Amino acid sequence: MAIVELPDNVVVTKLDALVSWCRKNSLWPMPFATACCGIELMATGASRHDVARFGAEVFRFSPRQCDLMIVAGRVVMKMLPVLQRIWLQMLDPKWCISMGACASTGGVFDTYSVVQGIDRFIPVDMYVPGCPPRPEQLLQAIIDLQAKIQAEGTIRGKEFLAPSRQQPKPALQP
Amino acid sequence: MISAAKLDRLKAAFPAISHSEFRLQVRVVVPVEQVHQLLRFAKEQLGFDMLADVTCVDYLHYRGARDRYGLVYVLTNTQTNERLIVRTFVNDPEPTVPTVVDLWEAANWLEREVWDLFGIRFAGHPDLRRIVLPPEFTAHPLRKDYPLQGRGERHNFPVITRSEG
Repeated sequence: MAIVELPDNVVVTKLDALVSWCRKNSLWPMPFATACCGIELMATGASRHDVARFGAEVFRFSPRQCDLMIVAGRVVMKMLPVLQRIWLQMLDPKWCISMGACASTGGVFDTYSVVQGIDRFIPVDMYVPGCPPRPEQLLQAIIDLQAKIQAEGTIRGKEFLAPSRQQPKPALQP
Repeated sequence: MISAAKLDRLKAAFPAISHSEFRLQVRVVVPVEQVHQLLRFAKEQLGFDMLADVTCVDYLHYRGARDRYGLVYVLTNTQTNERLIVRTFVNDPEPTVPTVVDLWEAANWLEREVWDLFGIRFAGHPDLRRIVLPPEFTAHPLRKDYPLQGRGERHNFPVITRSEG
């Protein structure tokens, strides 16, 4: 087998890693802002905190154009079917950040009308604590999500399959 | 507050009412059989042309209360800036009061809200549907015997997993 000399401006990598690198640096958020966390979400997008530094500045209000849902605020039982429909309308690959105490757990609103954490009904990748969280915390969540996408992302989205349909990982040789 | 002359006219027309005053707010309590007549009198004779609010209080387990539900009508006279609060009491089963949509159009949604949250029926209402809660909701959650955390309504949704969605 012949050894090919590569020029200095050519890099060999896995396609999965390359695609994940592209995806993680151009997240398009869907702002599902229902309460005061939405104000912090807007501050995150504004010039002072500037989420554009992490490639996630293109907030779209159409779920068809988004791949990162940021649920900012409490979700009431009348709103949850809307949330689920928007999540289903988003195209794969897609991720979800649960921002703030209310979206993650219901927060102080332990009443009949407030859903006690959106992760009971839709998948969530990152939780941001706080009431409301500061923009820095949301930026940290985006950075952590980028690391997660880079670490597990595959071009066919195999990381999203149910555990029963995933191929077993090869056992490490001693 | 309402002028003394108008209050005297109201008491002359409806001897069955009782009235009290608190911080310049006059409140009259009227039997439920006369509430529609009294509200019509207040609108047409005393000039209370605006219905500011219709709401309800549940007096279950309230100390000294004899009746379960207290309906509250807040009236405003936009010419003289007078206010009048009209109250009436109803009881289980089937607590019912006559509607006042024929007097003030504003009562339509206000009465729907009271029906939604307290389960008070408004006889003669043109469109008595729920207004705040989803239509499949079965309870009236501001009643005092309804548990704060509900009866499972907030958990009754399909679960979307990662591989499905």
